[in-house]
Amino acid sequence: MSLTAQRTRYVLRRLMQAVPVVLAIVVINFLLLQLAEGDAADVLAGEAGSATPEYMAALRTKFGLDQPIFLQLLAYVRNVALLDLGHSFRHDTAVATLIAGRLGPTLLLMLSAMAIAILVGTLLGVLAATGLNTWRDNLIAVLALLAYATPLFWIGLMMIVVFSIHAGWFPVSGMENVAAFHTGWTRVADIARHLVLPAITLSLFYLALYARLMRASMLEQSGMDYVTTARAKGLTETRITSRHVVRNALLPVVTMAGVQIGNLVGGSVVVESVFGWPGLGLLAFDSLFARDLNLLMGIFLLSACLVVAVNLVIDIVYALLDPRIEVR
Amino acid sequence: MAEPAPSQPTQTFHHAARAFWRRFRRNRGAVAGLAILAVIALVALGADVLRPGDPFRLAGAPFAPPFGEFLFGTDSLGRDVAAGMMHGARTSLLIGLVATLAALLLGTLIGGVAGYYGGWLDDVLMRITEIFQTIPFFIFAILLIAILRPSIGSIVFAIALVSWPGVARLVRGEFLSLRSREYVQACVIMGMPEARIIFLQILPNALSPIIVTGSLMVATAILTESALAFLGLSDPNVMSWGFQIGSGRTHLRTAWWVCTFPGLVIMVTALGINLVGEGLNDALNPRLRDR
Repeated sequence: MSLTAQRTRYVLRRLMQAVPVVLAIVVINFLLLQLAEGDAADVLAGEAGSATPEYMAALRTKFGLDQPIFLQLLAYVRNVALLDLGHSFRHDTAVATLIAGRLGPTLLLMLSAMAIAILVGTLLGVLAATGLNTWRDNLIAVLALLAYATPLFWIGLMMIVVFSIHAGWFPVSGMENVAAFHTGWTRVADIARHLVLPAITLSLFYLALYARLMRASMLEQSGMDYVTTARAKGLTETRITSRHVVRNALLPVVTMAGVQIGNLVGGSVVVESVFGWPGLGLLAFDSLFARDLNLLMGIFLLSACLVVAVNLVIDIVYALLDPRIEVR
Repeated sequence: MAEPAPSQPTQTFHHAARAFWRRFRRNRGAVAGLAILAVIALVALGADVLRPGDPFRLAGAPFAPPFGEFLFGTDSLGRDVAAGMMHGARTSLLIGLVATLAALLLGTLIGGVAGYYGGWLDDVLMRITEIFQTIPFFIFAILLIAILRPSIGSIVFAIALVSWPGVARLVRGEFLSLRSREYVQACVIMGMPEARIIFLQILPNALSPIIVTGSLMVATAILTESALAFLGLSDPNVMSWGFQIGSGRTHLRTAWWVCTFPGLVIMVTALGINLVGEGLNDALNPRLRDR
């Protein structure tokens, strides 16, 4: 079998493997829905103020709530497959529409935080590994230890106190100054100014994680034969580090970055509610207060699928880029 | 400092404990972490003596600044912030410990069965574990608690349910490698019941990494609990650090101390636990201490 055919088969197989995972997540979501007190008929009746038992029964028939649970599950899976995530009674809008409107800001925040974490984190990791057991290495280790132990939301609040309230450098909350009606580049600059604090807050934990990971990965690579070879042919240490070791050491860090996407979604709920960033996280926070469970579940479902998709893409890209990774 | 003596089969528990302590003590950060945790645990135990009465009650004028009449000031409703922190210490430590224990039990059981029996059982259990690892754990916890209504029980349940997959994978790996060891095969040949092999022969040898992971999980559980409480998902009858920060955030401009001090104590607690965890790692796996 040719290599290309092998690769194609691998990609298809990974796609097929993701299907049961997504299905399982949908089933978990459905089971959670069953766990919640009251059903859609109760909610509607509550909104209306009062309802007769006959009206409730009619509502249940209309929504299929009188069907056996297995049929209800099938109907639910079919709805999700058609991207029908139900109705938000609080906003009186389809859940899918609400989520689609908030996806952009969240992705902007998450990608910025990820970029900061990878760039600064690997840089700190390289600095720590090249200055092994010096003050530089120790300082970075202490900072990483602190970043691991600090709650995200508290860092965010403290940043607001120091940089927004006292120094006045950054806005306290929101994504842009809507009242200023900025357009074009001034609007981009305005959004960027709003983005600084939330993105840094969200990145800190991962930054520490990648710094540690990069340091360990660098140390592992520096014992490899190719480093000895490079040294033997007379390359300078700076060149060995920058051209050989760093490149090879990056692989596990990038893999880890993919795995962490799921936790980043959770972190963005906290960070968005601290900074009033109008993304999915803030929507989740608001729906908590309104007890809008349909909406909350839609967000959960979407973020879980996002994680599956990101991991899938990373796996496939690896298989295509790195010939050493076993394609079976 | 002298190297620890090579372990002998006749070594008593007392000797083993002393050797452990000698190795643990060598990590100064770990000893500092242990001291931090001891102080926080003592304050949590003595909360009723140090600050008697309901931490939710009105103690003085609202927004009293810190280091005056009240050590850490009062919040918008005149609640004593220090009293809340002392009573909140109980909530955080309790939830952190109980949720971690539950997660360790579940993870060890699933990972142990998967690693020992292998085959289709292993496949099924690991697929389930992977699915739970894929789910964004924080949003899953939020959803569970929102549905079950916030209470100590539902918070512990949710944190345990999102924390076990890592343990399961770890224990499975340990069991997988230990199962083929000679001493286990000798037990099989002797006709020892499987339950005895699993719990009395393999599990004790897999305990070190489980303890190390568990200690670090307590810190994660406390951080998760505080974030949940900050979002308003805390037991309404119990004071907690995250709740204090959440209720103080709207007055950040006028009363910075309401958010600052409970956050500091969360950080110090998590730091102490992480330091102790690293010390345990050094003391229990002396050969793995490479990075």
